Amino acid sequence: MSLIEVKNLKRTFGEEVKTYALKNATFNIDEGEFVAIMGPSGSGKSTLMHILGLLDRASGGDFKFNNKKVSNLDDNELATLRNEQIGFVFQSFNLLQRTTVLDNVTLPLTYSKNNFHAKQRAEEVLKKVGLGHRLHHYTNQISGGEKQRVAIARALVNNASVILADEPTGNLDSKSGAQIMEILQKLNDDGNTIILVTHETYTAECAKRIIKMKDGEIISDKKLSNQRRAHNNDTIK
Amino acid sequence: MIKAFMESFKIAVTSLLSNKIQSLLTMLGIIIGVASVILIISIGAGAQSLILSEIKSLGTNLIAILPGHSEEGSFSPTNSFGVTTLKYEDALALTDNRDIPNIEAVTAYSKGFGVVEWKSETYNTTLTGTTASHLDVMGGDLEEGHFFNSEEEKRFIRIAVLGSAVRKELFGYSDAIGQKIKINDYVFEVIGVMKERGNVILEDYDDQIFIPLRTAQRILGVNYVGLIRVKVTSEEDIYQVEENIKTILREQHDIKNRKGENDDFMVQNIAKALDMITEITNSLRYFLAIMAGLSLVVGGIGIMNIMLISVTERTREIGLRKAVGAKSLHVLGQFLMEAIFVTVIGGVTGIILGIILSILIATGAHLLGYDWDFIISLNSIFLALGVSAGVGLFFGFYPAVKASKLDPITALRYE
Repeated sequence: MSLIEVKNLKRTFGEEVKTYALKNATFNIDEGEFVAIMGPSGSGKSTLMHILGLLDRASGGDFKFNNKKVSNLDDNELATLRNEQIGFVFQSFNLLQRTTVLDNVTLPLTYSKNNFHAKQRAEEVLKKVGLGHRLHHYTNQISGGEKQRVAIARALVNNASVILADEPTGNLDSKSGAQIMEILQKLNDDGNTIILVTHETYTAECAKRIIKMKDGEIISDKKLSNQRRAHNNDTIK
Repeated sequence: MIKAFMESFKIAVTSLLSNKIQSLLTMLGIIIGVASVILIISIGAGAQSLILSEIKSLGTNLIAILPGHSEEGSFSPTNSFGVTTLKYEDALALTDNRDIPNIEAVTAYSKGFGVVEWKSETYNTTLTGTTASHLDVMGGDLEEGHFFNSEEEKRFIRIAVLGSAVRKELFGYSDAIGQKIKINDYVFEVIGVMKERGNVILEDYDDQIFIPLRTAQRILGVNYVGLIRVKVTSEEDIYQVEENIKTILREQHDIKNRKGENDDFMVQNIAKALDMITEITNSLRYFLAIMAGLSLVVGGIGIMNIMLISVTERTREIGLRKAVGAKSLHVLGQFLMEAIFVTVIGGVTGIILGIILSILIATGAHLLGYDWDFIISLNSIFLALGVSAGVGLFFGFYPAVKASKLDPITALRYE
């Protein structure tokens, strides 16, 4: 049983003139994998990522998440699944403004049933991404790289089954980008499942498997024999 | 459920605190609205109690008889205008009438405009022709000299008692008693000066000259009286005495209809007047409170407007919250809670502001010499709080629903 099972997944937009953003996508992702979804803009990778992240619904095909048929779930059940099973990392960070780093990380827990010791758990994951010294800083007081690390901590705080990272290095300089990739690789080493959406070859090669897309279709799905390890000497202080 | 509520509350407070200026501006409309409701209700109650206590201070055992006809149960002083049916003889018929027990005193009034002169001083004032029993009915003390007695009243002699303001205007610090003054070109002798009394039932008793009724009627060229006042020995007898007065006056005026349909006079007592004034001032108060309440609605529209802007501004935030697991209900709860929170905080601030202003006004009125009560009713506070929370709920609902219906993807993509 795979964590994510996708079969003939479709996503169309428009009522009369149908545009296919996604056609017949079929693949499985197992627990512990590090998958990069690659493709130029307009290739449908974001659409696929939104469906995998339970933010959007497919127009056709099957999608099983943790062996649950997603099309049978209502919006509230999807929200609960997102809350408990999925951690998001966005290109533009999407942190709450005028809010502390710690409060940003506890955010998913405020919508969760098991929000005991929320502060401690948030502190733990922040230390894990090397931000133990930034807990009470406001999000406008930290650098872009640090913001993305806060976002990763937020994705980790609920012990999600999968971390979905949408162009996580897109808004960062190469040094901070490398730091982020190194953290993601470490998390994967610890057993976290990671799905990465990117159009950069360097970033994609940090994963263990690359799914390439073009015009809404999967054109290749390969395991990498030699994963690129992201390096940066001053990554984690 | 309670936990979810507490969470929404916490989120609402946090996000309000992080937008202090915006929250304050949003509150301003509610603060002003609530403060003005509290203030107006308080001023209304204070003014009402001032008027009522002034009337009550006269005693509730007074009956007024005015000329003119009114429908049963109603009483309209304007119906008296220009009506000449009430005569001095009517007052005499009531005085010492064996058919009506329980009457303590009766007096009558003919009023007119008076130009008073003394040496080079001229002063315009109210000329009040009355009977010697005026003081028995209406009370009042003399500063100096004496009020005319019934002997003097009947002899048509030209004597005058001055109100304190008239005395001040004419004589300044000179002696007034025994001086000859001219009233409408007739020479009068000043025999008394009244003590300062202020307003009684909206009538300035200090700015008047009292002269014997008959003399006044001659000077003014009239043969009727504008008002007869009867003082009853005790309040309980007042309605019985009223009925007796009506019977006597109908005999006097040769009116056959006993039901009062043809009456050319109106009988009114202070208790009824109090009821009437209470009714009028109450409706005035409620009217004003409703007007002030309208400003709350305006404040509410302001809240809706700012919240709609806020929903647009925070689209990405809403998208993120949904992405990390917020259900529509959470988002709805958060925005509703924010709206209610803003209005309730605004409401409480408004209440405090309103109370402070009411106290200031009461203090100011005291300094000006009015016997003004500071009245804040718990009802008005609860009303203001309830209404402001209701305004928040009502006007916050649409923006909150709009926020909760946002699609997480579009919200996240929103720039």
